[in-house]
Amino acid sequence: MTKKLVIIGNGMAPGRMLEHLFEQAPGLYDVTIFNAEPRVNYDRIMLSPVLSGEKAYEDIIIHDDAWYAEHGVTLNKGAKVTRIDRAAKTVTSANGITAPYDKLVIATGSAPFIIPVPGADLPGVLAYRDLDDVDAMLAIAQRTGAAGGGRAVVIGGGLLGLEAAYGLKRQGMDVTVVHLMPTIMERQLDPAAAYLLEKALTEREITILTKANTKAILGKDHVEGVALEDGKVLPADLVVMAVGIRPSAQLAKEAGLTVNRGIVVDDAMATSDPSIYALGECAEHRGMCYGLVAPLYESAKVLADRLSGGAAEYLGSVTSTKLKVTGVNLYSAGDFAEAEDREEIVLRDAAKGIYKRLVLKDDRIVGAVLYGDVADGPWYFDLLKRGTDVSELRETLIYGQSYQGGGAADPAAAVAALADDAEICGCNGISKGKIVAAITSKGLTSLDQVRAHTKASASCGSCTGLVEQLMALTLGEAYNPSAVTPVCTCTDLGHGEVRRLIKAKGLKTIPAVMQELEWKTSCGCAKCRPALNYYLVCDWPDEYADDYQSRFINERVHANIQKNGTYSVVPRMWGGVTSSAELRAIADVVDKFAIPTVKVTGGQRIDLLGVEKEDLPAVWADLGKAGFVSGQAYAKGLRTVKTCVGSEWCRFGTQDSTALGIRIEKFMWGSWTPAKVKLAVSGCPRNCAEATCKDIGVICVDSGFEIHFAGAAGLDIKGTEVLGLVKTEDEALEHVVALMQMYREQGHYLERIYKWAKRIGYDEVRAQILNDADKRKGYFDRFVFSQKFAQVDPWSERVSGKDKHEFKPLAVIAEAAE
Amino acid sequence: MTFSRMNWVAIGHVDDIPRRGARCVKTPAGAIAVFRTEDDQVFALEDQCPHKRGPLSQGIVHGHAVTCPLHNFVISLETGAALGADEGQVKTLPLRNEDGALFLSLDALSLVAK
Ligand code: SRM
Ligand SMILES: Cc1cc2nc3c(=O)[nH]c(=O)nc-3n(C[C@H](O)[C@H](O)[C@H](O)COP(=O)(O)OP(=O)(O)OC[C@H]3O[C@@H](n4cnc5c(N)ncnc54)[C@H](O)[C@@H]3O)c2cc1C
Ligand code: SF4
Ligand code: FES
Repeated sequence: MTKKLVIIGNGMAPGRMLEHLFEQAPGLYDVTIFNAEPRVNYDRIMLSPVLSGEKAYEDIIIHDDAWYAEHGVTLNKGAKVTRIDRAAKTVTSANGITAPYDKLVIATGSAPFIIPVPGADLPGVLAYRDLDDVDAMLAIAQRTGAAGGGRAVVIGGGLLGLEAAYGLKRQGMDVTVVHLMPTIMERQLDPAAAYLLEKALTEREITILTKANTKAILGKDHVEGVALEDGKVLPADLVVMAVGIRPSAQLAKEAGLTVNRGIVVDDAMATSDPSIYALGECAEHRGMCYGLVAPLYESAKVLADRLSGGAAEYLGSVTSTKLKVTGVNLYSAGDFAEAEDREEIVLRDAAKGIYKRLVLKDDRIVGAVLYGDVADGPWYFDLLKRGTDVSELRETLIYGQSYQGGGAADPAAAVAALADDAEICGCNGISKGKIVAAITSKGLTSLDQVRAHTKASASCGSCTGLVEQLMALTLGEAYNPSAVTPVCTCTDLGHGEVRRLIKAKGLKTIPAVMQELEWKTSCGCAKCRPALNYYLVCDWPDEYADDYQSRFINERVHANIQKNGTYSVVPRMWGGVTSSAELRAIADVVDKFAIPTVKVTGGQRIDLLGVEKEDLPAVWADLGKAGFVSGQAYAKGLRTVKTCVGSEWCRFGTQDSTALGIRIEKFMWGSWTPAKVKLAVSGCPRNCAEATCKDIGVICVDSGFEIHFAGAAGLDIKGTEVLGLVKTEDEALEHVVALMQMYREQGHYLERIYKWAKRIGYDEVRAQILNDADKRKGYFDRFVFSQKFAQVDPWSERVSGKDKHEFKPLAVIAEAAE
Repeated sequence: MTFSRMNWVAIGHVDDIPRRGARCVKTPAGAIAVFRTEDDQVFALEDQCPHKRGPLSQGIVHGHAVTCPLHNFVISLETGAALGADEGQVKTLPLRNEDGALFLSLDALSLVAK
């Protein structure tokens, strides 16, 4: 007698399993399928092309009604199983069908996770899992599209969310993706690849909001909008929740089977009941629940073998992902996390938008992320799955399969092999032949000369490496590459190049810089990250989101770390002037928090030393109530403006130096600079405020204000240079501010003003700031603009809760084990 | 390292730690720094630089390393060893990550005390 096989769920996994079973053991079972969806087995993966209109439902059917008839399968459509009776060996569906089984396969797939925010149950809020969801989305897109462009918000920037976003965009909707994490598809992509993807989607006019947390879904009878945690409200006619899936294991749990996250199966795909198997996304094998078809297909094959009496074993799978957005090429496979015993090989080609990263362990590929050029994805994946030793291929592995065997092995040889008409500089259309000819005929010996004569690498600069290789080839020993000091070992570029390219290419995030400028590490180091962060803060004040994790601890927590891990707190004391009320407030804080040391600094203010990190917000709260803001004694930014008593009190004073100092400090506080900046204003040439050894100084004289710059009194000692004399206080302010902005825009990270000015020439500073009113005005205006975003007291921000985690331990463990 | 028994204590969730950042766990045996790297791996180390006891939790995290905030030793999060030319090693502690929920071993903590 034929045995009875019952399958719950008619998704892709059991569909594939049956194909194998019918091939291996035709007629062995009498098969009955229950499917909650009222239809046959279709290719769920292809729902995205259906949504975008690139395919129709008919195109994605895997097994049509004829197939079930041909194999004698009873398919109960629209029949959701609600009970498994293991004693009686039967299953029963909600619509009253009961079927007995000898063997049972549970293949209930997963259910989309709906985040439980208010309004999540409103009409118009949809998941993205089956054809009904797609039909519902298309209905809204068509309705609102006719009325002039509907708006869709997709919550979740993973694979599903992005495919939904792309599909809805193609259907004419305005689409915004709201993603909780800092980068999209963070489970499959490292930040560099995520950056490229985000760029590609943004070019397709899909708005992507990262680090965005949904607070509520708004609307009365139908969804009208999405409210985010940060207060933003996005209007919406349709909300798609694509935040994750959960194995559908409830039914199995109720039947008393062992269930963890999914239904637990062994290597034979059997559950804790030997006559019941679980297959597909609902199953959990060796602690893994898979959400992609490839591993499900592998286990489907094993199950088919088992059901036909075989002894195949499923041992788990490594997975690879591709995103199905037309025109976007992206591939990720395996485990691409860094680890001590792993190596990474990174190839970036900014001009072509290519990023490839291979992660190797013990000479074997364990992970791969490819963007732009994914042709070699399957090859790498194959090497990965086979665990092939790649030590022989290592040097050229990253260039791909076609490069192996016979091809030129090192980049220099590759350049040598290029044809004369091969294009080197894409921006300016300069061929190899032209560059070589210019070098030989004009006797060029430096990169700058080549740039001047041919324009090659003079625009975006990304072909600089190629040009240098050509020079080395042409000139041989005679070529001595220009001695720029790289920012750090993560790049060959110097600070100047990096700053120039950030502007020229409009790079606005750290991953963008690292990708476009071909960084050699995936997330930089403690040298380059703070530098890049500063350059971006300076160049895009309104757009760039400061990356606190790339700031040195002092700037991250707005206090100075001390040798014992405590912090010092220095409130601003404008121009060094204080009052009884301020001093009293400081005294109270010192008593209240038992602060061990109170010291008058060399910068005319008071330092409270030895504050515990956890106390910082409370200390600032009290100081804030007394009107204090941060003195930024920790910042690569404006520190102090020292003053003397000036004409208010001093018998020699010529101008109100105290007031001017305070005015300058109030104007410039909060600004970030390449290195710290200290100013002083003295009331007469006796110079009691020591203005002639400051970064910028002002000496008041009878006829006006003498402006000084580029002094030093720390590691080096150097008197200032004179910029010039101006008549009014307003002019003095304008000159000081313009000079500061010029330095902000040009200085290399950690380069004090005196070093910067020496590098570019004192006359150049005078020419631009003193003699060119338009330039001066331009600098001044840009500084003012940037202050709109920078001049926020970081202490009060933190008192009101910003970066709370910084000041609290993650956990406190009261007692260690005995 | 093997422990006769593992007594795991929940210390929080990986999302409580900023990427490329760290948080501290206070224990009677001293502070433990728990790091989260760019690729979402977590590591627990004694919060003391082998150089002059700088709090490593306050450093800049890059790759699987942290740069000490006091004098820029670069410490491997995996081994606790100082990288490059510097010498020294800080104790690493077993940390379990279950779907983001983090656990430290109490037995390991008592070892730190020694
Ligand atoms: C507190 C103070 C000493 C004092 O007790 O008076 C001080 C304390 C420190 N100085 Fe200073 N400097 C202080 C005035 C000075 C001055 C004098 C001045 O500002 O008029 C100088 C010489 C002028 C100059 O800036 O060059 C000065 C030149 C330095 C240098 C050398 C900088 C250089 O480029 O040559 C460093 C090291 C550095 O920045 O890399 C430094 C670094 C430091 C640091 C931040 C060391 C560090 O990195 O941890 C000290 C932090 C202590 C803290 O937590 O508050 N400090 N330091 C002064 C704070 C002024 C303020 O109110 O903000
Ligand atoms: C839009 C979209 C795009 C995707 N893209 C990709 C991709 O590019 N690559 C990739 O590898 N994977 C992709 N996936 C994932 C892939 O589709 C799934 O991994 C695969 O379909 C899972 O197969 P399954 O058989 O386990 O479950 P499913 O295909 O989900 O089938 C489960 C079926 O069981 C039914 N069911 C549930 N409970 C019961 C019950 N109690 N009684 C009766 N029936 C029940 C459900 O209605 C459903 O029809 C995508 C998924 C979606 C939704
Ligand atoms: S001179 Fe400055 S840096 Fe040196 S010990 Fe004194 S405060 Fe510290
Ligand atoms: S204490 Fe860490 S480097 Fe000195």
